[in-house]
Amino acid sequence: MTNEFYVLMKFELLVALIIFILLFMKVGSSSWSNKKVLVAVNLLLLVNFVFGFFMNSDGTLFGEMFRTNKMVELQKNMLNLGALIISAQSYSWLKNHAHVMEFYMLLLSTLLGMFFMMSAGNFLMFYLGLELSTIPLAAICNFDLEKRQSSEAAIKFIILSALSSALLLFGISLVYGTTGTLNFSELPGHLNGSALQLFAFILILAGFAFKISIVPFHLWTADVYEGSPVAVAAYLSVISKAAFLFVFTSVLYTVFKPIAGSWYNMLFLLSVLTMFTGNLFAVRQNNLKRFLAFSSITQMGFILVGISGSNQMGYASVVYFLLIYIFSNLGAFGVVAFVSAVTGKENMDDYKAFYKTNPFLASVLSVSLFSLAGIPPTAGFFGKFFLIMAGAERGNYILISIAALNMIISLYYYLRVVQTMFMEESRATIERLPVNIFAKLAMLVCVAGILAIGFVPWIYHYIYALSL
Amino acid sequence: MNLSLLIFIPLLTAFVILLCRGEKQVRAAALAGGVAQMLAGFILLVAFWQERETGNTTQMLFQYNHQWFSPLQINYHVGVDGISVAMILLTSFVVLAGILVSWKLEKMSKEFFFLLIFLSIGAYGYFISLDLFTLFFFLEIAVIPKFLLIGIWGSGKKQYSAMKLALMLMGGSAMVFVGLLGLYFNTNAAGGLHSFDLTQIAQMHIPLRVQKLFFPFVFGGFGVFGALFPFHTWVPDGHSSAPTAASMFLAGISMKLGGYGCLRVATYLMPDAAHAYAPVIIVLATIAIIYGAFATMMQTDLKYINAYSSVSHCGFVLLGIAMLTQTSINGAVMQMVSHGLMTALFFAAIGMIYDRMHTRVAAQLGGLLKIMPFISTVFVLAGLCSLGLPGLSGFVAEATVFMGAWQNPDTLYRVATILSCASIVVTAVYILRAVGQAIMGPLKKTDQGNVGDASWNEKFAAVILLAGILAIGVAPFWLYKLISPAAEVVIQHVTNAVIKN
Repeated sequence: MTNEFYVLMKFELLVALIIFILLFMKVGSSSWSNKKVLVAVNLLLLVNFVFGFFMNSDGTLFGEMFRTNKMVELQKNMLNLGALIISAQSYSWLKNHAHVMEFYMLLLSTLLGMFFMMSAGNFLMFYLGLELSTIPLAAICNFDLEKRQSSEAAIKFIILSALSSALLLFGISLVYGTTGTLNFSELPGHLNGSALQLFAFILILAGFAFKISIVPFHLWTADVYEGSPVAVAAYLSVISKAAFLFVFTSVLYTVFKPIAGSWYNMLFLLSVLTMFTGNLFAVRQNNLKRFLAFSSITQMGFILVGISGSNQMGYASVVYFLLIYIFSNLGAFGVVAFVSAVTGKENMDDYKAFYKTNPFLASVLSVSLFSLAGIPPTAGFFGKFFLIMAGAERGNYILISIAALNMIISLYYYLRVVQTMFMEESRATIERLPVNIFAKLAMLVCVAGILAIGFVPWIYHYIYALSL
Repeated sequence: MNLSLLIFIPLLTAFVILLCRGEKQVRAAALAGGVAQMLAGFILLVAFWQERETGNTTQMLFQYNHQWFSPLQINYHVGVDGISVAMILLTSFVVLAGILVSWKLEKMSKEFFFLLIFLSIGAYGYFISLDLFTLFFFLEIAVIPKFLLIGIWGSGKKQYSAMKLALMLMGGSAMVFVGLLGLYFNTNAAGGLHSFDLTQIAQMHIPLRVQKLFFPFVFGGFGVFGALFPFHTWVPDGHSSAPTAASMFLAGISMKLGGYGCLRVATYLMPDAAHAYAPVIIVLATIAIIYGAFATMMQTDLKYINAYSSVSHCGFVLLGIAMLTQTSINGAVMQMVSHGLMTALFFAAIGMIYDRMHTRVAAQLGGLLKIMPFISTVFVLAGLCSLGLPGLSGFVAEATVFMGAWQNPDTLYRVATILSCASIVVTAVYILRAVGQAIMGPLKKTDQGNVGDASWNEKFAAVILLAGILAIGVAPFWLYKLISPAAEVVIQHVTNAVIKN
């Protein structure tokens, strides 16, 4: 039991260990300078990420409450990587912040919660992990302590999270009422598509939809992103969404498989709504954080297209896309976060002729946006292609055509940012910014990922083989 | 010959350019890369002839198949037939000429040459692809560099034009995307698997219902690239706002991507639907030819004249494809090559004139022959090629299209052919008028000081393109021999399909 325990819960234990190390550092001595802490934390996160590649195995613990397999472990390590990149990118924001330790403790607690959630074999465990991941997130939304907007974002986030948790809990209790079990492996046998179960499913779907900001449950997204620190916005839009999407996809494909016929149409409707709404709002944004918020809503719409495909291709394409999404979105957020931390400028107008003064940052942002738009040779092209391909497998060409149309709309606003940076003739408003080594490394990792993933096909093969 | 060289040479060039410091190094690297591309093109031509001489009649030569995403049966599969070889040669000509024409460029020359070379990766990759995924991948690669080239180095309302071009071309490729997915999921290769492989799909019979549903997507999507009416509106804005080299690439190669796709993917893979939809395409192509010609008459800006005339000329390509006879398809491919060279030359000449006179309005110029004889001669030759003077490539290509088109006895086809033929008169009007206004007569614009004739690099560029035009115009049979067997395969495919129904 003990060895198995350590191996299977490797990810959770490592993250918990880092939290404890930070706690001891905080309690033990107050003389740590911010820079030292940041270097130490980033190194710890790096070690954590590297460890994620070793000793992966399948198994269950605590009477199937906790289960893990290679796919879940791959997903967890993707989140580890994302957390590492975000941490490195927020160096210039955090180096003068008064509460670095607390920030990381809260951040890692949410990560821990997500890991538990992803490994859950039971709805109760799932809910436990979900709450552990949500409440600290609301706290770090408020981490621009002197900004009113930041507190507002936190309040919005916590209230809407509570609402979505309530919906989820209601749904879960209905599931328990109609089937008598909350165990993921037993549930499919008890689901028969009765009206009450469908109602329960809709409630659970709504709960998830809040978390991954699917229209019409997306209203909090832009406000919270705009108010919270950019690093937290990046965390919300990439890590948190990816974690919930992993769980969502696997729950749909395993637990709710017996009623696939009913959720297929719901997903169709939701994805069309999400893509259009995200796109049409993104076109009108000037604040880059809000812009990225709506663009990420659109991306969720595309992911729903992939989920609505059949099992293996759909699951593989979603995981593959999220891997690429981590790199692309963090690349974009990285530049915005850096510029925002150094100059406080977040509006698109501020980026006029950005390329003239900051060719490196402008190139990173462009490549990331191209990847988000799905333009080859960036990885986003492959991700989008496979998502839509998975959606086409059922022969729903209306959905595919709508998705293709939305790719064009989204291209417009991504290119508009590129246009602002490269083609404006006026004087640049942001002067030349020296990029610190952490941010630079994180950006280079993102760019390398974006440019390389499509040409290293075994990544896709590996994911495809795992998504049975 | 290893076809991947055609991708690696520009890729390497692009990397070297990124590492270069200073304009001189960048130029040298770009020129070396351009020459290497052209050499590779010629080596390919020779190797291709040799294979054919030794009796190798395989449809696609020099094939290389490498698994890319094997669970989805996506491969990097390349190979060439005569049509691809012709298009690859055309690309290498235009790219080299484009590099030479932009030799003196000062604004961000590194980025400029990088994007220009990067663009050629897309074109080469597209022309050698035998896998629809690879083909689509390279098709989309060739869009965004154009957006940047026009938006950064362009003139006039460049931001608008760049965005319009990018969105319309990506819209076209999105249509192609839907069509390709539709094809993919209706193929049944060995073991019930689907396939993106062009040669494999050609052997399968795609159900007629599926063909009829997805042919408009694929043909229309490629048609956007090939300026199919009513999707041609990006052409005038894009071409006239672009810097010279980008205009050359756009009109010379980019529009040919569309024609090539219509032929290779839409017509070849969905022959039944191609036959069924032929009247629609013929009507649209005829409208494009005539409308393009008349719209050109109204233009005063030389670049707009050439851009609108490109709509008209590319109409011949689509007309030739839709006529579905072997001669007409031969003509369509010849027209692609010929128009590619001609229009690149025309844009180069206009660019040279604009650099010296700072205006492109024909009426404001005049008497250029007196002060820049070389450029003027090039301009006149390009114009004569455009209006189809015998001895230059335009005549050969257009005559072939018309002969092929006339082989269809149907009334609609005959009417379309006659109307398209008539457009040549209009072409003559606008070309000769432009030549008369800009080149002949007294020198009107004398405030530009001492403007010289073409410099060595400009001469070199013009000579390259002129050599191509003359080689086709004087001795068209080599091109014919190159294209004809490949066109025959397509037409055989269509005939079989029609007989079967």
